[in-house]
Amino acid sequence: MKIIVCIKQVPDTTNVRINPETNTLVREGVQSIINPFDVYALEEGVRLKEKHGGTVTVITMGPPQAVEALRDAIALGADNAYLVSDRAFAGADTLATAYALSCAVRKLSGADVILMGRQAIDGDTGQVGPGVAENLGISHVTDIRKIEEITDSRIVVERLLEEGYARLAARLPIVLTVVKEINTPRLPSLKGKLAAKKAEVPVLKAEDIDADLERLGLNGSPTQVMKIFTPTKPPGGKKFTGEPSVTVGALLSELTEAGISIRKTGK
Amino acid sequence: MDPIRVITQNCVGCKLCVKACPYDAITMTGPLVEGKTDRATAVIDLGKCTLCGACVEACKRYNAIVITRRTFKGQDVTTYAGVAVLAEHRRGKIASVVPEIIGAARALATARSTTVSAILVGSGVRTYADELLSYGIDEVWMIDDPSIGDFDEDVQAELVSEILLEKKPEIFLGGGTVVGRSLLPRVAARILTGLTADCTELSIDAESQLLRQTRPAFGGNIMATILTQNHRPQMATVRHKVMTPAEKVSEPKGRVVELKHIPVPKSKLEFLEFVEEKSATVNLVEADVIVSGGRGIKDPKNFALIEQLALATGGAVGASRAAVDAGWIPYSHQVGQTGKTVKPTVYIACGISGAIQHLAGMKGSDMIIAINSDPNAPIFDVAHYGIVGDLFQVVPELIRRLEAAG
Repeated sequence: MKIIVCIKQVPDTTNVRINPETNTLVREGVQSIINPFDVYALEEGVRLKEKHGGTVTVITMGPPQAVEALRDAIALGADNAYLVSDRAFAGADTLATAYALSCAVRKLSGADVILMGRQAIDGDTGQVGPGVAENLGISHVTDIRKIEEITDSRIVVERLLEEGYARLAARLPIVLTVVKEINTPRLPSLKGKLAAKKAEVPVLKAEDIDADLERLGLNGSPTQVMKIFTPTKPPGGKKFTGEPSVTVGALLSELTEAGISIRKTGK
Repeated sequence: MDPIRVITQNCVGCKLCVKACPYDAITMTGPLVEGKTDRATAVIDLGKCTLCGACVEACKRYNAIVITRRTFKGQDVTTYAGVAVLAEHRRGKIASVVPEIIGAARALATARSTTVSAILVGSGVRTYADELLSYGIDEVWMIDDPSIGDFDEDVQAELVSEILLEKKPEIFLGGGTVVGRSLLPRVAARILTGLTADCTELSIDAESQLLRQTRPAFGGNIMATILTQNHRPQMATVRHKVMTPAEKVSEPKGRVVELKHIPVPKSKLEFLEFVEEKSATVNLVEADVIVSGGRGIKDPKNFALIEQLALATGGAVGASRAAVDAGWIPYSHQVGQTGKTVKPTVYIACGISGAIQHLAGMKGSDMIIAINSDPNAPIFDVAHYGIVGDLFQVVPELIRRLEAAG
């Protein structure tokens, strides 16, 4: 079974704080990590390989330093990695990113299963997975919480929806995006770390993946950011301190005054 | 030529661009500013730059940073008109986000003096068409075919694409739901246009008449306004529970247009079953009141207290990532950046410190009430009302009062 996992290198937002004076992100000391959702996708790929044999290839589109994320992925069990990197990719929106990644997947002769996280924690769009599938002309299912079974041609998955989950069967090849519930990722092994250190990570440039230059990066992006701003901070609220009977009473009378009831109505 | 450049002659070394850059891509390491020995000019690291344009905006006064683009050829924008929405439905119901998208679409259509249409594909969907008309939809573009399953998203994406190519609306909106955020990206990649995810604000730019699509990124720490200039339709998914729903009209005037000539392909997906989440208190996205527990709950069995408060308020049970990661409660309850984004009328956070990832998922709530023993917990910064105290004393007291009042 051939498995490709698409990952993204993102700022480790657990470290992100807002400077209250400038109201901007404090970036000092912020590390880059593999997008947390992609770690679950990678783990699922490695588990599929362990159970059914095959290879796990990790790819990312990003600047040269994104090679670090690929090495981390090898430490977590991927067999090999490719960095899709070229100045021509800069400024790509989700359409151009999905196009470039699909060209790279094609260059690597496709895969049976292409996995990625449901969204990246910096952009929060979740649009690249379905876009890659469309470009490759194959099916996709988003928000997978379980792969129930997989054979050479068929897969059964559970897809998380707002009010429950759906069990779906699909043909391979397929693009799947995963939610956190799918597994518990392992920590890097010593063997994996050594492999990561030694691994050669080939770089795929625009010309290597036979991409149409017009469809890449800023040129290939229909959307453009017009303005970036920090949201207005909500005004500070009222804080009650003291004995619970007093504070709860104060809260409830404030709510009554504001015309809000939090008591269950008789529906 | 690089897509982004610093015009050194214009740069005054003010560093506004460094502050504005969300990607840390600008340093003041260029040649010195003319006539000043203590100020260097800006240099952009193209490896880090995503061409987001924040610096260009910050440098408006000096015009020292320019972005040049040669976008691939889009559609002939002059042939597109009207606003369309996706009428998402499954298991016998129109999705609750649909009236909200219609509300947003109507406001945009009014600004553009045009109509609102709904795209409705599925099996036995005629009854939904009437419901859509009752929200004031002008035209329902419908494909009603018994072979289209609720979960045949591949077929639906293809049909929606065909309808868009034929009807050419200038704006197309879908819900920021699981299905909307899966189907619309597929459609956008198929018909080659731009799509903005999970918008919280939509308006028409007075000057350009383009759709201004505003959305949070970086877990809500940054807002971005996005335009789709040369491609049509301008597509966006819309966050649930943000837009004001359309009101029902007393006399629907719209009509249903059946598009029978569009062939329905066969799905490659096979629906097996749907399993509804057992817990009645789990549909966080729809809930009007949410009671959430965090690290301060200390023990899984203490979640019973949260459930009791949820019961007393008629609300749903949420949790912070800390509580989910500790295995105290299933992931489906998680609120936050890597969980669900919620916007209830009232959000009650119990024993939640308010990590930025959690705030990202709930700070859009109409009212936030925080109960925490640490008076400096960041949750109090976003809370409208806060009680500083031990939740094991405060929550029972609150339950007692609510029940007594009943």
